[in-house]
This record gives sequence, C-alpha cells and structure tokens, in this order.
Amino acid sequence: MTGSSSDVAELASREYQYGFVTDLDTDVVPPGLSEDVITLISTKKNEPEWLLEWRLRSYRYWLTLTEPTWQNVRYGPIDYQDISYYAAPKPKAALASLDEVDPELRAMFDKLGISLAEQERLGGVAVDAIVDSVSVATTFKEKLAEAGVIFCSFSEAVQNHPDLVRKHLGSVVPYRDNFFATLNSAVFTDGSFCYIPKGVRCPMELSTYFRINAADTGQFERTLIVAEEGSYVSYLEGCTAPMRDKNQLHAAVVELVALEGAQIKYSTVQNWYPGDKDGLGGVYNFVTKRGRCAADAKISWTQVETGSAITWKYPGVILQGDNSIGEFYSVALTANRQQADTGTKMIHIGKNTHSTIVSKAISAGHGQNTYRGLVKVLRSAEGARNHTQCDSLLLGSDTGAHTFPYIEVKNSTGEVEHEASTSKIGEDQLFYCRQRGISEEDAVSMIVNGFCREVFKELPMEFAVEAQKLLSVSLEGSVG
Amino acid sequence: MLEIKNLHAKIGDNEILRGLNLELKAGEVEVLMGPNGSGKSTLANVLAGHEAYDVTGQVLFEGEDLLAMSPEDRAAVGVFLAFQHPVEIPGVGNLYFMRTALNSLRRQRGLDEIDAMDFLEIAKEKMALVEMDQSFMSRSVNEGFSGGEKKRNEILQMAILEPRLAILDETDSGLDIDALRIVASGVNALRSPDRAMLIITHHQRLLDYVVPDRVHVMAEGRIVRSGDKELARALEEHGYVGLDEASPEAQVATAARP
Repeated sequence: MTGSSSDVAELASREYQYGFVTDLDTDVVPPGLSEDVITLISTKKNEPEWLLEWRLRSYRYWLTLTEPTWQNVRYGPIDYQDISYYAAPKPKAALASLDEVDPELRAMFDKLGISLAEQERLGGVAVDAIVDSVSVATTFKEKLAEAGVIFCSFSEAVQNHPDLVRKHLGSVVPYRDNFFATLNSAVFTDGSFCYIPKGVRCPMELSTYFRINAADTGQFERTLIVAEEGSYVSYLEGCTAPMRDKNQLHAAVVELVALEGAQIKYSTVQNWYPGDKDGLGGVYNFVTKRGRCAADAKISWTQVETGSAITWKYPGVILQGDNSIGEFYSVALTANRQQADTGTKMIHIGKNTHSTIVSKAISAGHGQNTYRGLVKVLRSAEGARNHTQCDSLLLGSDTGAHTFPYIEVKNSTGEVEHEASTSKIGEDQLFYCRQRGISEEDAVSMIVNGFCREVFKELPMEFAVEAQKLLSVSLEGSVG
Repeated sequence: MLEIKNLHAKIGDNEILRGLNLELKAGEVEVLMGPNGSGKSTLANVLAGHEAYDVTGQVLFEGEDLLAMSPEDRAAVGVFLAFQHPVEIPGVGNLYFMRTALNSLRRQRGLDEIDAMDFLEIAKEKMALVEMDQSFMSRSVNEGFSGGEKKRNEILQMAILEPRLAILDETDSGLDIDALRIVASGVNALRSPDRAMLIITHHQRLLDYVVPDRVHVMAEGRIVRSGDKELARALEEHGYVGLDEASPEAQVATAARP
C-alpha cells in the first residue's frame, strides 16, 4: 500500500468533493419501487439497453418472490415501497469543524487511533483538498495502469468497459439467486469493479479506501472482481471506523470470478452502525457474496464482522474447476442486541477440490450468533476435501451461539470434516491474567483476540492490527 | 511482610479455612505442608484474590488490607501466585502475555513501559534460569505444554515479574527429577532479602534443593504446627497422622479422610 492513512483520508475527501458524483443531479427519487423508478435509475446512469433489461427482468422476478424467513434473526417487517431507491450521492451537509461531530463517534475514533484528518472525513467535516494528495492518487493510478489493472466504480465500468461487465455480471450470483440479490440486481446504484489481466499480480492491495465514494455507494452496492488466468489480487473492503448510515437496509452483491490458476483474496472488515443498546436504528446487512473458481484457482474470503444490527451473509465459493481451492475465515462479534446469521457455502464440483472453513463467533451482552454453513460435494467432485472448524465463545449468560452445518456429499471419495466447539470465556483464564496484573477488560480482549488469531493471521498486516483494536473497542463494557 | 489473622474462607456452606493465622517475613522462604483438603490451595487462591470464596478475617500486606484489593491490584503491590494448574490461553503468545503483564504492573506502579526489544532481552536472560528454550515464547500461553513445562513457565513469570511475595502452589508436583532441580534453582535464584516465598508442597524431596526457613503444617483450615526443616523430614517419615503434637481434632479428621 502506498501513502499513510492521512494521505488516504485527504485523497478520499478530495475525491469526494470533486469526483464523478458532482455532475449528477442531487434530487432524490420519491420512495417506492416500480419499473419507472428502475428505468429512471438506468437513464440517470446513462446505462446501455441490455443493463436496463437485466434490471427489469430482475425486478419482475423479484415481484414473484417473498422475503425469506428461515434465518435465525428477528426484525420487524421492511416496507420496500418506503425506500428511496435513487438518491444522487449529494455532498453531505459539511460541518465546520470536528467539534460539531457527535462526541460519541469521536470517542470511538480516538479509541481506534484514527488520524485527525481521517476523523474529519469520516465525521463529514469539510476538508480542503491538499495538493500532495493529488500525487498519491496519480501514483496509485499510474501503477495500476502500468500493470493493466482496471479498478473503478461500477458506474464507470459500465461506461468504459461494458463488454467485460456484460460478460461477467450475474455470472456467479444470477439475478434469480435470492430475494435480496434479486432486489439488488434491479436497483443497484454503484459499487466497485476490478479486472486483473492474465498473468498479472496486482502490484498493491486494492482497497475501497482508494476508490471515491466507497463509503457512499449506498444501500444496494454491487461489486464485481474478475481475475484472468494466472493472476492474483488482494482486495480489502470496508473500514474499521464506525459507519453510520441513514439507510437501514443494505443488500449488496459481490461476485468474484477466478479464472484458471487465478487467486483472489477478499478481506472484509464490517463495522456498520449496530444500533443503540436496545438495538434500535442499526443497519440490516443482507449481503450475497460468492466466487467461482476455474481449474487450479483459489478464492479466499476473510471477514471480520463487528457491526450491523443484523448480519446475514454467506460468502461462498463454487469450486467448478479441478484442483480449485476455497477458503472462508470469519470472525463475527455480536454484542448488545446484535444478531448475526453468517457462514459460507462451499460447492465442490471439480475433482480434487479443497475447501477450508474457520469460523469464530463471539457473543456478548444479548448478542445472538449463528453459524450456518453448507458444504456440498457433487457427484463429479472426485477426491473433494473439506475441513470445517466452528468455534463459539460466549461472554455472559444472556448470549446465544448456534451452529447449523449442512453437509451434502454425493461422491463417496469425498472427505468432509466438521469440528465445533462452544466455550464460555473461562473464569480461570480471567483470574490467571488478573493475577498477573492485567485488568479484566484487557484480559477479555486478549483472550478474545487469541481466540480469533487463526482468522486475523489471514488478514493483510495493517488490517489485522486494526481488526484487533476494533474487537477490543467493540467488547468494551460487555464484561462484568 | 504478610500478616494473616483469623482467616476464614468458604464456598457456599463449605468452610475451608477456619481461623488461620500465619506471618511471613521478608527474606524468608516458608513451606506449607498438609494433607489433601486441608485448605492449602484455598489459602493460595484467597491470598491472590480469587472471587469464588466468602472471606472474613484480616490479611495485611506491608500493613495494607489485602482482602480489599482486586486481584490485579494485589499483583501490582507484588503478590504473585504460581498456579497449581496453569491455564492455557489459546492464540495468545507467551512472550506477549508476559510483556503485557509486566507492563500492566509497571503502569500501575507509575513506571515506563518496556518495549518489545528490551523485553526480549529480559526474557532471554530469565529463560536461561529455568532452562527454557526460546521456542516456548512464540507458542500460546501454556498451550500444549507438558506438566513440567507449565510449572517452569510459572517460575519464568515469577522471575520476570519479580514479586515481593511469591506463593508457589504445588509447583513441584508431577515433576521429574530434572525439572524439580530446575524449578528449585529458579526458586533459589529468586531468594532475596526483600522477598518472601510461601511454598506449598506435598513432598519433602523439594526441600533437598530448597532449604526453608520455616515449615508449617496445615490441617482442617488452620496451621496446626510450625517448625524448622526437620519438621518436614519428620512428616515424610511418619505422615501427618504421626504428628504427636498435632491438635487431636486434626488427627481425627485426617484419619477419617478416605
């Protein structure tokens, strides 16, 4: 990665002010969903005819669906006609200085050690563009262009690389996939697009930090990453800083295409607003993430989920090609009234396909944490292997941890292992730490971080450090 | 340094310590022996601040009320317990754990924290004392350690944290002769005029390596006999029942125990 975090912040704030959003209208489409609204979205974004048709097909199909209820989460009914599906990303009402930012939010920034410049950006303070940041942006773009890597917003990709988008959009998560993915297909407004040419190792970790408006792409985000044969990319999504959003429902779709021998490493740190202590006002994060591996390809999902009132996501891998590899490493923390129903799907189709699942769930307060994972070995998947490890850690007695493993094996040469454990944070562990002089709160955070180490070590270095801090902050006050 | 007066401790209705009195002086190494269930480990846990017990009585550490302090505050004033069964903390590096502990203590004492590089030097020096290989430092705290390795790890922590009062709860149990020698030499190296040690043991054999200033015998939640190292030898020979001067009730209770 290039540039310090303050450079990044400056960059982001500059682009926010002068980025592509400024030439769009700032009007908001009235709440409600109809073919007219979808047509309007498509027109405003100057989309080609095929994409509008795809959106409309999705919408018509969505009308035939009912919202799923099988998840182990509870929330009130969502009125889909009460959501505004298109709001041009207008500049936020800028605050004059950090003093005007919500003190609670500032306290959180301080605990996370976020630089002042970045605090200003995240808090919505108007920051003057600084000349230096231009060079950061330029260096970054030049380096990627040299390698032939395309990394831009989804809207830009539709304009500049329509053939690539058309070829791969919906190829991993079809528009008929599920209620929320179908809704997303109809109404998505923006997201990220990334293309790595054949044999290229992407020269840097791609972070949504570097892409303008990443934080403002709205509630229906669409990400598409295509790694051509033998290429490699590591992609970082999200941010450890708390993300507030007025939109309660977030239904994103992420599609990863790993062609022969390609590797995609996708890391997420999700810290959406979880709601207050009673769970009011938090974000519903209903996401569909899936990758498809051709022969000898590898897709690795790593996620640290600490935010959102409700998290509902199962990043999966379709192991289509022979010898392909899928990995899923997850830490999900639920505190207060948070609920998470998360896990993965590993679909073994090719021969000698391997998958690894490591899930660490931590429940504190009244948090409810569910692991739900599907391992499917099809008849064709000669010699498939899976190893699943699900560990749950409970802090306090009002928490819940649940595990729903689904295993379907149609080929007798397949080997599927499942290990699960549930433990309460040990009184004896806490006493041991405290006897050595470590405060109870530090001890809890140390034990929890130790519990998650297998997952954190999969994260890129600086992300791992941030994730550890985030976990400690999220746990504050949850013990005792 | 430590004054224990009329100490009672119980879990639920089960009274384990029943009016225990004991005094430890700086510079002394004292040994506490006694049959299983006499309350030795309870005493160690109560002194360290384990919250499972209802405790009454008085414990003064350097004149301060120890019972009023949290476990971490007791650690900060210099109380250390080498656990009988050291717990495993998966995923937390041993070296990291010890540095965190030392720096927590230093912070509470108003001292500067020690950075990772300097700490490594300290740790290396102390590891030589307990003949511990450096590979132990990158492993998780006690995870996958053998019984002897766990006990050596406790002595290592004692050496690094340099407590004023060290309580060793059966640190010699389950050790082979080499490990016993290593643990004993660690203890001897840490003997100092301003440090007191209370060694809880079942075996006279530790005392072949560590010469105690005094030996106490505990039964039924009280100290029933105190003496010099010859007392330990007599116990080894005759057992607790053979203690002719032990209180009659202690003898009866001991004999009645299965």
